[in-house]
Amino acid sequence: MIDPNIAVNALCRFAPVASDWPGNEWWHWLVFTLIIIVFILVMVIIFIYLERRIIAWFAARIGPNRTGPFGVFQNIAAALKLLLKEGINPTNADILIFWLAPIVNFAPVIAVFAVVPFQNGALLADLNVGILFVLAISSISTIGVFMAGWSSGNKYSMLGAMRMIAAVVSYEIPVVLALAGVAMLAGSLSLNDIVIEQGRIPFIILQPLGFLLLFVGGCAEINRSPFDLMEADSEIVAGFHTEYSGIKWAMFFLGEFGEMVVMSTLIATLFLGGWQGPGLPPWLWLLIKIFIVDFVMIWTRATLPRVRIDQLMALAWKFMFPLALVNLIITAIQVLAWPDALPLYVIPINWAITVILVLLGSKLFKLGWGRVEV
Amino acid sequence: MKFERYGIGIAKGMVVTMRNLLRRRITTQYPEKRLIVSRRTRGNELVWSKEKCTGCATCARTCPQGVIHIETSPGEENRYNVEVFEVDTGYCISCGLCVESCPYNALFMGYAFELAKYRRGELILSRDDMLIENKQASAFFHPEIDDTLPEQELLIDRKE
Repeated sequence: MIDPNIAVNALCRFAPVASDWPGNEWWHWLVFTLIIIVFILVMVIIFIYLERRIIAWFAARIGPNRTGPFGVFQNIAAALKLLLKEGINPTNADILIFWLAPIVNFAPVIAVFAVVPFQNGALLADLNVGILFVLAISSISTIGVFMAGWSSGNKYSMLGAMRMIAAVVSYEIPVVLALAGVAMLAGSLSLNDIVIEQGRIPFIILQPLGFLLLFVGGCAEINRSPFDLMEADSEIVAGFHTEYSGIKWAMFFLGEFGEMVVMSTLIATLFLGGWQGPGLPPWLWLLIKIFIVDFVMIWTRATLPRVRIDQLMALAWKFMFPLALVNLIITAIQVLAWPDALPLYVIPINWAITVILVLLGSKLFKLGWGRVEV
Repeated sequence: MKFERYGIGIAKGMVVTMRNLLRRRITTQYPEKRLIVSRRTRGNELVWSKEKCTGCATCARTCPQGVIHIETSPGEENRYNVEVFEVDTGYCISCGLCVESCPYNALFMGYAFELAKYRRGELILSRDDMLIENKQASAFFHPEIDDTLPEQELLIDRKE
């Protein structure tokens, strides 16, 4: 029988246990890595099912209901089908990058969950730069997309990848600025601290504009409709993954919905109060909030038509970027004015500022230097 | 002040889709729930009345696809005995010209639309497959039997 402490000490000689691991237990990383991977895969399956079912309901259809009770095994059947399909490599493809791209696209999605708290302290690593970690890691997915577009040896894949890069890089800025407001309010970059800070009031009430910016920008960053023009089936034959088939395509699909899980979790954690909530266990509260955000995302997808590429860029740079800057400045002033805790009468002020800014932004919003009236 | 360009359209659209979400599903699940098709439907089969048919073979001559095969022998009372009467529904285009051309109103279109088979040979309907005693004839070109048939079920005015 090996004493676990001896094993840990032996391990620590090469990789010292980080002191910010909650509990300082040596098995902590193993348990939580397993939990996170299983959580992501299960959530992706549930999200795809919900997406299909709810989008069908929005269209007054029934949706998948053949495979298993209420069609819950539809995605498992689809995954099996994809596993058995032939993986085709194009002649012009750069094979190594072509194979690596799906992995580069999907792996960061799992890594992001390392800093998401499911309960007070129940997370893989309580990094003190949590938000920064999330933003940095989730941006790596984009490199996978570009690798896919480039290595396919196909100009349409390349175009899809270029559009996607353009969108993601543009929307990164308002999203980062919106998150900066949250970080200032909480006084910390650690997601766990941010959630603890929301025990009194969720930040969606204090920061409605930040929430709006993060939601829209997040939808654009993960290529959700109405910003899904980089995967527009009718325009550029599914964008960057035109040449992919079989399991490699499934990885992209997984990555896409994994990003959706990540974005829902981020919004739920940063603005809706994460695991905070009365009565129910904390992890259940987090799940409920994730599903609420997911539902709103599906709702917007069912409603809004796809935007044009110039509209997409104009929305990011001419509407969301200035609003995010103003939001940041206002939040900074408020945090400076009341360093301890924001008084409650800040809430109506912030909502009024949000309405005024959105109206003003819409009034001043023009496409193509005002020459094109749309 | 008009609010047309301030996100009001988005809110209106969201309300529309939400209303769609809450209302009754417009589609039905096909194999479990079958809707009653139009009374004058032209199905994928023919319905044949043995009593009325005289074996004149007008239907076979009219058929633009030439899929009606009829063999007769002389019978009594100005009639032929129909020995073989076969319709290859695999080539049938459901035009209904055979029904329209029949001088003795012995031929009707049927209701069936689920006659997919694994072999082409199985698509050929024989004489006994088409007997009017066993099949429901549709009112196509025969509006006189309209009243005996069930009314068409439309999704738009389904009650439950």
